[in-house]
Amino acid sequence: MDTHTFDYLKQQENLNRIFKVISRRTDGLIDLGVIDSAGQHLAYAGPYNLKGLNYFQQAWFNEVMTKGKYISNVYMGYRQLQHFVIAVRGYSNGRGWILRATVDSNIFYKLVRTAQTGKSGDAYIIDKNGIYQTAPRFSGKILGKSNLDLTLFGQGTTVVDKIKADGKTKHVAGTWLKNNEWLLVITQDVGDEKGGLLTTRNTEIIIIVFGCLAIILTTFFVMRIIFKHLEEAEKGISELNEQLIQSDKMAALGKMATGIAHEINNPLAIIGEKAGWMQDLLDEEEFQESENFKEYEQSVNKIEEHVERARKITHNMLGFARKMEHRLDDVDINNVLNQTLELLQSHAQTNNIEISKDFQSELPIIASDQSQLQQVFLNLINNAIDAVEKDGLIEVKTRKKDSQIVVTIKDNGPGIAEEHLKKVFDPFFTTKETGKGIGLGLSVSYTITKKLGGTIKVESKISEGAVFSVKLPIKIPEK
Amino acid sequence: MFRILVVDDEVDFSETIVNRLKKRKLDAIGVTSGEEAVALLKEQLFDVIILDIKMPVGMDGIETLLEIKKIQPLAEVLLLTGHASVETSIEGMKLGAFDYCLKPLKFEELLQKIGAAFEKKSAHDKKIRDAKIQQLGRYPNKVFDQD
Repeated sequence: MDTHTFDYLKQQENLNRIFKVISRRTDGLIDLGVIDSAGQHLAYAGPYNLKGLNYFQQAWFNEVMTKGKYISNVYMGYRQLQHFVIAVRGYSNGRGWILRATVDSNIFYKLVRTAQTGKSGDAYIIDKNGIYQTAPRFSGKILGKSNLDLTLFGQGTTVVDKIKADGKTKHVAGTWLKNNEWLLVITQDVGDEKGGLLTTRNTEIIIIVFGCLAIILTTFFVMRIIFKHLEEAEKGISELNEQLIQSDKMAALGKMATGIAHEINNPLAIIGEKAGWMQDLLDEEEFQESENFKEYEQSVNKIEEHVERARKITHNMLGFARKMEHRLDDVDINNVLNQTLELLQSHAQTNNIEISKDFQSELPIIASDQSQLQQVFLNLINNAIDAVEKDGLIEVKTRKKDSQIVVTIKDNGPGIAEEHLKKVFDPFFTTKETGKGIGLGLSVSYTITKKLGGTIKVESKISEGAVFSVKLPIKIPEK
Repeated sequence: MFRILVVDDEVDFSETIVNRLKKRKLDAIGVTSGEEAVALLKEQLFDVIILDIKMPVGMDGIETLLEIKKIQPLAEVLLLTGHASVETSIEGMKLGAFDYCLKPLKFEELLQKIGAAFEKKSAHDKKIRDAKIQQLGRYPNKVFDQD
């Protein structure tokens, strides 16, 4: 209006040119129009043909003519587009004229949108009747009615708190624009207005929490590892103690066994020699004619056999606490077991105990001590027979496993109580009646097996019998 | 005729061993203490002496052994031992005993060892005899010349 004259602008082609120039620089301008003092639309540049329309009767025409300018509310109009109108009055040759521009309210929206911050922040413009002039972000739409109580907003900028339906408090700030006709409203949920700060604070808290958690977890795991080590050390110490106690027991026992064995050895030697002497005498002819000769001979042989057995036992007792130089024979384990079982067969049969053999054929011949192994098996099978007592089953099994021969002796006797399991290999531990066993059998077997480089173990549950397994290393005899 | 002396403090034992040896046509005598053995050895010659190491009263086996070696160094000594004194037996063998047997005895083993002791003794005796003959044989001509 200040740059061009009325006469220039009312020419349609001039107006077109200006419209083009403005459109090129900004978007949002929909059309331009020039109207004379009589309300006649003299020139129009834009997509609609509005030229020639008369606005004399329109309320806004009178307002411009009297007030000098007019800005409409946003409306759809017959353009079906959210827009508003700006009109200004100029004077030419003493007569007023009007330059009118229609603006797409979207540019408003774009401006206002930059104030929509955070998750819940909103910004919009409403007119004094509460009609949305730009689209709010959440509830409501453009040209819809806002439920904001406009009386809350005084002159200048006002901040009020508003309770939402869902119980959240919102900060609402408003300021009047355009001669108090439009209200720019900015809302933000309480708590969200410090969104950035909160985010930083939250991040900090998360870092601290995770840091603490990491420290706690690390401490926990380190402590656990340390505790585990301590526990293991403790276990090792107690095992060591147990071993020490065991070796103390063994040493004490060794002394006792030596004494006992010596005392028994002398009478045993005499019994043996007397029996030998009797046998020598039986060789004489006069005895051979006796009708009971065979009985005598058998009895004497039995005495010698059992003196030999007792001799082995005392020698084992003597060898118990000291290193006994043991001979290495070529031992066929199955053979040793067969011999041992033969010795015990009659004892088992009288008690109606079945002994089943499950021997792996072709077990390797190993370098070991035959008579000592026999002692071990004799002890174990004897114990099994004693445990079963009457009418039962004993299973003797041999297997080759890796570099070991495993002999298992399983009975279906009453089993061993858990509190006794740890003690069965202790010297003088026995559950047998007084006079039936002194509790050396398993202890001696344990020592012998260990000396031969093997191990002996027991598994048992009450009323499920017991399984003794002897593992012997496969040592190939030197040829 | 080879002669055997059995020294053991258990009379029943030594007596029986002596009987069994005699039954096998061997000349054996039994005594029940180290002192008795020493006294007898001063009067009679023996080839093999069976000696119990553990004799709680009076002289023990090792002491007796030392005396035997002084009186009759050529007699072979077989030690009798319970298992725990195997080391003592080995000690004894270093002191000149021929071998040892574990008690209670395996009689066959004892006989075998007596046999071995006899062999050693007789080989030794033969050496000594041969040496004597050789010593005498240096001058046989002289003797004949004189006659």
